[in-house]
Formats: sequence, structure tokens, C-alpha cells
Amino acid sequence: MNDTDLTRLEEIAEKVRETIIEMLVAAGSGHTAGPLGMADIFTAFYFHILRHDPQNPEWEERDRLILSNGHIVPVRYAAMAHAGYFPISECLTLRKFGSRLQGHPERERLPGLETTSGPLGEGLPQAAGMAYALRMDGKKNRIYCLMGDGEQDEGIVWEAVLWAGKQKFSNLTAVIDRNNIQIDGMTEDIMPLESLRAKYEAFNWHVLEVNGNDIRAFITAVDEAKAIYEKPVVIIAHTIPGKGVPEIEFDYHWHGKPPTAEEAKRFLSEIRTMGGKVPHEYA
Amino acid sequence: MPNESAHLVENLFASDITQAPTRDGFGVGTVEAGRADAQVVVLCADLAESTRADWFQKEFPDRFIEVGIAEQNMAALAAGMALVGKVPFIASYAAFNPGRNYEQIRTTIALAEMNVKVCGMHAGVSVGPDGATHQMLEDIGLMRMLPNMTVIAPGDAEEARKAVVAAASIDGPVYIRFGRSATPVFTTPETPFEIGKALTLFEPRDGEPQVAILSTGALGYTALVAAKQLSDEGVRTLVLHCPTIKPLDREAVIAVAKRAGRVVTLEEHQAAGGFGSAVAEVLVEECPVPMRLVGVRNQFGQSGTPEELLAHYGLDAVAVVAAVRGVLSREE
Repeated sequence: MNDTDLTRLEEIAEKVRETIIEMLVAAGSGHTAGPLGMADIFTAFYFHILRHDPQNPEWEERDRLILSNGHIVPVRYAAMAHAGYFPISECLTLRKFGSRLQGHPERERLPGLETTSGPLGEGLPQAAGMAYALRMDGKKNRIYCLMGDGEQDEGIVWEAVLWAGKQKFSNLTAVIDRNNIQIDGMTEDIMPLESLRAKYEAFNWHVLEVNGNDIRAFITAVDEAKAIYEKPVVIIAHTIPGKGVPEIEFDYHWHGKPPTAEEAKRFLSEIRTMGGKVPHEYA
Repeated sequence: MPNESAHLVENLFASDITQAPTRDGFGVGTVEAGRADAQVVVLCADLAESTRADWFQKEFPDRFIEVGIAEQNMAALAAGMALVGKVPFIASYAAFNPGRNYEQIRTTIALAEMNVKVCGMHAGVSVGPDGATHQMLEDIGLMRMLPNMTVIAPGDAEEARKAVVAAASIDGPVYIRFGRSATPVFTTPETPFEIGKALTLFEPRDGEPQVAILSTGALGYTALVAAKQLSDEGVRTLVLHCPTIKPLDREAVIAVAKRAGRVVTLEEHQAAGGFGSAVAEVLVEECPVPMRLVGVRNQFGQSGTPEELLAHYGLDAVAVVAAVRGVLSREE
């Protein structure tokens, strides 16, 4: 990937962030911090990593992107819309009656979602089931499962981690959004997770760590994961919750609420400065 | 008298009637389904022998998946496998599957409309000595409340085999309930079975029935025994066996209620929320008649032999006869 490609991806990620803010304001409820923090990773997936076809979401040869922590789905909807799965304007129907864009994703309603999620911990076992079945059939599709860090509190995650370790998958890559927040506070206060690396290693996974807001670094990590055949790989992606809007970055209070219209105006302006790289008057 | 078109066994009321647990039907049925469809797989949570999943494992070792003692994981793994075209059967005790993994079944299987067959073994008090923790009495209620879920409680091992094969052939979530202890095999390979269809097992020799006993699960045989006794005592009795609890055969249920005017339901499950409730939901709207629900009344089970427990909780033929007498004595 050259610098032009990277710049293009970074620009798309900013557009995805803008769409997230716009859709959350229109919805009047939903989660802000997680989707903003994961905008770079979703952009990397939909615009560089995945084998997929937005015009043919059921394409059999596609890679599977499983979103386990369904509450951050606004970032997935935004990335899918920008990738051409559906019109960007449809994003404003988020959480509205009759919308395909449910508050938590439902696979039967919108092609391309792969799974229904929201209740935490259920993405990895489904991804592992897919990895197993595809391997049985000699298929080459790759399966990626995105999880939250607070979600690691759920017992079923570790049932699936244990089982996937046993299976020595070469086609399964998990990504943990390590943003250190959950609804009630900081993960290490609510339920300490560290050392996450040591836990996954003990369960027979290969662990990579990366700055999840660095698109180039993330793509490199996924490339490395693909080269590891002996074990399933988990990428612990350190992200900044609320990334792109400095006034809410790292603040767990923004885990589960949307911005007001007034705040959104300010947030959009902050996103358009691209972290201070662009002067406010041009943003 | 036994309904001829049900093709029940010849020695229906003889003491030498063949006995087998309905879980045997899971073992035989999955092998049969597995031969017919290479996409059928069986997942098991460290109970391969007692669920009879090992019968499939012996025939199809590559399509048997051991998940360890992790029923929640098993449900979601199966959903994932169904997402790429497999037809997974997940087997464990009903107390854990769907007892423990209800939410995974609700979200990843029922809501997501996944082609997964949830198989709960050791349902009811007839589990026996294991006691209340393992005697699942709430699974029918849990499963029939879920949209998209088909719910079947086969009457014997032969019907269980047919139910498993039929479940594999339809696209969508199914719950099938099995028992641990051996019960009479009263149906034959010729006995009709179709998901969603009830079957008349017993009819009065002459005239219209005074009472209809509606049964599900292995207590279908208990209903037959009670009906024979009642019939010998001059009570014109009909038995409608309903292996499919959801979708309930509404037409058949309404028809027998209209004919008999009195209904008794029978199940090895809580009376609240189970099969009797499902029947009552239909009849209260379409054909209200006096009813008695024979089931467990707001209690957990305990250790004992199956016979002791079925008698103690009022689930034997004595209790059914008493319920029929009760409903007949009621003036309406």
C-alpha cells in the first residue's frame, strides 16, 4: 500500500466518522465512542482487506466480517454505505421504525451483516463455527470477528476462545477493540482484563498488538495474521474511544449516548480538522 | 379402541410391549438424516453416549463435533455453521440446552432464523434419580414462546426417529424434546408423522366421545392406557396425540374439542406455559370447553424412580383418569 492509498483510506475514515455523527444525531440514541474509535478499522476492512462485493452481498467466495459487539453497528452501517452496499442517505434511518438499520444489527433485515448481534460474546463462537464448517468444505474464505474489550467479561467468549484454540484455525482472525472503556467505567476498574495477551496465549492463540487508529499498522497486522497458519490469531487493537473528536476522546461517558444537535455541529467541525491538521476555518 | 389408521403396534396393551427411550430415536434419526444429507452435523457438549450422539459419531466421525461442556458456545457455533450451509443438531440435556443457553438460542438461532436443530435430552421427571437439577420441566414453554421455533415432543423412540429426520428436512430452527428412561414404543414405521399434524390414537367404539385426552411426548402412551380403562368403564374417550406443540395442529384440536366438549391435556412439563397452555390458548379463542391440564403444578422434581415420580407429580394413568372424571363431573 502506497502513501496515496493510505491518504485515501484516511479520508474515507473521516467521512465514515462524519456519517456516524450525523446518523446518531438523527437517531437520538445509540453509542458514540466505540463507533468513532473503530472507524479506521472498518475503513481498512471494507476498503482494503476484505474480499467482498457490495453489489452481491451473498457472494459465496466473500470473506466474512462478524461484528460481535453489535452496539457499535453505526460504524459498520456507515462503512457499508460508503462502500456502496446501500445509499448513504439511508444511514439517517438508523434506529427508526421500519428501517433496515436496526439499533442492533439483524442479518435478516440488511444483506451483508452476516450475523445478528448485540447480546455480547456471541460473535466469536459463530465465527468459529463458520471457520470450522468452511474448513470442512475446503473453502478458502477468511473469517474476521470484531469484539469489544468490555465484552471479554462474558463467559461464552472464553468458551469460544478455548474451542477455537483446540481447532488451530488458520482462517480465523479476531480483533479486540481495546479502548479500555465500558458502560459503567474503565475496563480495569469494572473487571480487569489484563493481561489480555497472556490470557489468549494461554488459550493457544497467537497474539498481535497494534494501534487500531493507525490504518497502515492495522493492515500490516492483518497481513501478518494471514501468514500464521498454526493458530487462530487475535489482534488486540488499541483504539481511542471517540477518536476524531478530541473533546470526548477517552471519556467513557460517551460509550452509550449520542451527541445533541449542538454537540454534533461542534464534533463534525472537529472531525473535519482531522486532528488539527486542517485549520478550523477550512473545516 | 385404537385408531386403525394410526397403525399402532399389535401388542399395544400387552406387558411385553417394546420399551426404548426416545433419545434412541435421536441416535437412529441423526444417522438416517446424515445419510440423506451430507450437510447434517451433530454437536455435543460432553454427553455423547447418554444423548446417543455417539451413534452418529461412529457413522460420521468427521461430522461429529465435540464442543466440551459449553452449551452456550455450542448453540452459537451451530448458528455459525448453519450460516455457511450446515444442518447442525445440537445435543445435551434439556436442562442446559435450552435451559442454560436460552439467550444464544433466542438471538443466534431463532431471531436469526438459523437452520439449527436444538435437541434436549433427559426432559421431565422421568430422568429419575438425578433429581430436580436435571429434570427439565420448563423447556416446552421456553421454546414455544420463541418466534420462528418449531417445537416437537415425540411420543416414543420410533416417532422420535421420524421427528429427527423430518426436522433435518425443513429449513429453520426446531426444538426436539427427548426422555431418558425407556418408554413403550407404541407407534410403528407405518404410523403417520408430519410436523404440525396431530394423530388420533384412540376413538370410542361407538358414538361421539365424551372427553378428548390430548397428549404430547411419551405420555401419549399413558393417555392410551387411561383411555382404555375409561372406555372399559363406559366412558367414550378419544386420544389425540400432538407430537408437534408448535405449530399446533389447531384444526385437529378444535375438531376434537367440538366433538367431545370436554378436554384433558397431558404432558411431562409444568402445567403453566407448556402444551396444555398451548391447547388452552387455541380453545379459549375458538371453542371454549371445560378443560383439565395434567402437568407438574409449580414444583421442581426430586430423586426417585421414574414410576414413583410420575405418580407423585400426578402424571400417570391414575391421574389422567381422575382428571377425566373431574372434567366430566363439571356442569357447563
